[in-house]
Amino acid sequence: MENREVAISLRGITKSFGDVTANSNVNLDVYKGEILSLLGENGSGKTTLMNMLAGIYYPDAGQIIINGKEAVIRSPRDAFDLGIGMVHQHFKLIDVFNATENIILGLEGKLNIKEAEKRIKEICDKYGFEINTKKKIYDMSVSEKQTVEIVKVLYRGADILILDEPTAVLTPQETEKLFNVMRNMKHDGKSIVIITHKLNEVQSISDRVAVLRHGEFINDMKTSKTNAQEMTDMMVGHSVSLNIERPEPVDPKPRITVENLTVVDEEGLVKLDDVSFTANTGEILGIAGISGCGQKELLRAIAGLEIVKEGKITYIHQDGRTEELLGKSPREISELGVKLSFVPEDRLGMGLVGNMNLADNMMLRSYRNGKSRFFTEKKQPRELARKVVDKLQVATPSIDTPVRLLSGGNVQKVLVGREISSRPKVLMTAYAVRGLDISSSYQIYDLINQQKKRGAAVLFVGEDLDVLVELCDRILVLCGGKVTGIVDGRNTDKYTLGSMMTQKGEA
Amino acid sequence: MEQKVKEPRYHIVKRADINGKEAWIIRVVAILSALLLCAIITMVCTGDNPISIFATIFKGAFGTQRKTWITLQYVAVLLIISLALTPAFKMQFWNVGGEGQVLMGGLAAATCMITLADKLPNAVVILLMVVTSILAGAIWGVIPALFKAMWNTNETLSTLMMNYIATQLVAYFTIVWEVPKGSGKIGIINQNSNVGWLPNVGNKYLLSIIVATVVTIGMMIYLKYTKHGYEIEVVGESQNTARYVGISVEKVIIRTMLLSGAICGLAGLLLVGGINHTITTTISDGQGFTGVMVSWLAKFNPIAMIFTSLLIIFMGRGASEISTAFELNQSFADILTGIILFFIIGCEFFIRYKIVARKDLGKENA
Repeated sequence: MENREVAISLRGITKSFGDVTANSNVNLDVYKGEILSLLGENGSGKTTLMNMLAGIYYPDAGQIIINGKEAVIRSPRDAFDLGIGMVHQHFKLIDVFNATENIILGLEGKLNIKEAEKRIKEICDKYGFEINTKKKIYDMSVSEKQTVEIVKVLYRGADILILDEPTAVLTPQETEKLFNVMRNMKHDGKSIVIITHKLNEVQSISDRVAVLRHGEFINDMKTSKTNAQEMTDMMVGHSVSLNIERPEPVDPKPRITVENLTVVDEEGLVKLDDVSFTANTGEILGIAGISGCGQKELLRAIAGLEIVKEGKITYIHQDGRTEELLGKSPREISELGVKLSFVPEDRLGMGLVGNMNLADNMMLRSYRNGKSRFFTEKKQPRELARKVVDKLQVATPSIDTPVRLLSGGNVQKVLVGREISSRPKVLMTAYAVRGLDISSSYQIYDLINQQKKRGAAVLFVGEDLDVLVELCDRILVLCGGKVTGIVDGRNTDKYTLGSMMTQKGEA
Repeated sequence: MEQKVKEPRYHIVKRADINGKEAWIIRVVAILSALLLCAIITMVCTGDNPISIFATIFKGAFGTQRKTWITLQYVAVLLIISLALTPAFKMQFWNVGGEGQVLMGGLAAATCMITLADKLPNAVVILLMVVTSILAGAIWGVIPALFKAMWNTNETLSTLMMNYIATQLVAYFTIVWEVPKGSGKIGIINQNSNVGWLPNVGNKYLLSIIVATVVTIGMMIYLKYTKHGYEIEVVGESQNTARYVGISVEKVIIRTMLLSGAICGLAGLLLVGGINHTITTTISDGQGFTGVMVSWLAKFNPIAMIFTSLLIIFMGRGASEISTAFELNQSFADILTGIILFFIIGCEFFIRYKIVARKDLGKENA
């Protein structure tokens, strides 16, 4: 390690937003020809730190030394000039352009598409990317879009690549492909910084790990000399158990049956195609699939938020009475006495109102109750907010704080806390731990398990196959809106799921 | 000194939530700076003493008892219109049709006064005026809302266009009812009988002020403590969230615009039946638009709107006073008003962001 050259050296980097210190006095080296994993919980300042290298933010204090020279990075262009390229979590591509047009967008000099395509092909051949230069972005899968983003960065001559949670949206097979490409780039002498939450990926891809906690640099070490438990403890600051509980379902009985459900969106695309399944009480039914395969529409249809072409969704009461949910609005469903809770994917855009405080957000579900027909009752929501903050250890200055100011994990705790407070009979969660750090994620798994033990039927839409396999009793796999199978969570592995998720493409 | 690399000496940083006191200090500083700039410009352009100009502005608004009453009456009308627009804007429904809704309310009132004067007793005419003007405003407000709810049309365009239709309707009826023929205006309606003139409470200015007070308090309660108010807020913040919890977004949009238009109609009634006793196409004098500014500046807080509407009326009245007192033309008054508004609106930037000088700049230069 001693004889290696330093590519980036950060010295005393500090950055704050208002009263919040995102990075405080961070010192970090990245060597040439290595893959460094940057680990840390949500809000530990990983992305902020990397954004300062990419020219998105400017540090309040500290030095950035690139290849031995002090550098000032004021804009993404400066970053490119220094050979730094970042692939953000949310892609920054223009939908109606094709791959080549996106890659050369913004570059100076004469526009020569032919020449550009040739160079793109060279880059792809060198590192093993597969790219169709003529394909429009809107026709691309997430993994293809990501490839375009990475090639875009390489095209601009980047020697230092920063990838912000690149695997969050990929299937295991796609992740493996990405890692192969990353290894090729490493052998070519490029430095790669990868931000990720998944420890098994850290171990399989990176040479070194650096850990941030609360904006401070904690430690760095060789990946080969550490293990998942040590990394987690370092990230969290105290010891955490890494096992997900899976109690045996007690007396499972059908609670919701979905039959031949078909959903077609406004543009005539089939989102769900003849989907049938049963969700049982006291059981977690996992729903796996590549994003956009109908998971969202399925939950929305059950919640009464989707226009359904045909099918049946039957709710079975404790005493055996049945209720048809299809064609009813969320309000009509709740007036039937069907206790349905839904933790949607879009927390601040759908589950909560970002500008409202915790107490007012608690009111979203209950504001129609209360003695008066006209006036709102504020006392109960405030009590509930206090209880949720207390029980789920939500880090917030007060229950009068707008939820948008809370970190991702705390926002999710507020949402889940509200949804389970009604003691639901059915709990639906979509990507309940997306973007959450390890300790918050485990807390959410615990809460979901508690609901299962209470006898709720849980529908858990997830993207991390390791978690689905560990947490769920049964797993339903969706591919392009079709059910490709329902498997027993105890007798399956993520590779089986992964191939079921892409079955249609391979057939 | 020469630096190897250029560094930004200053950069803009978003503030975390600012406390109320600091925000008000920034606003006061902004107003003071605006007055200072006005003073300098006045001196440079006219050579007049800025202090006396400021004194004249104040005198223009509050110089005599009568002037004070008129100022307060103006504030009241502007406040009612601003309050009317507030629930719509809070719902993120861009109601820029206040002008038309006020005009339609006024037209309905004028119609009652003109056509029913000889036929019905005064009290009945007034009652009909109240009902029809509120109804007319509400209808004018709900038409764009229906379009929005049913076909998701852009309400900014439709409310704006409804203004022109209202103006043309008033222009048409002005010709139908013009007195005397050929004059192109209606003149004071029922000048002798006073039929349909809203009653004086105390003096002729107080009625609008009382109505404004009631509307302010009512709107504050409506927005803050009622289920409707809560629904408006949720729909405004996120229609997805609203649907998710089972709020009918369409119903809320229609209901809120009925209310918004109805209160605008009420303002039209006051303008025609209580204040001017006539109707012209310019009777609302752009207040349907000024109200948008009043409402936004006050961040949709009805109580704060009292101050923002006062500020705008005060400046307007003062400015026209100096244009006569110093024989400056009206444009100069407009310049001063423009400067002050620019500072007031501009200071919101500094409330949201701060400018930070690079900390180690001094070190490096030393």
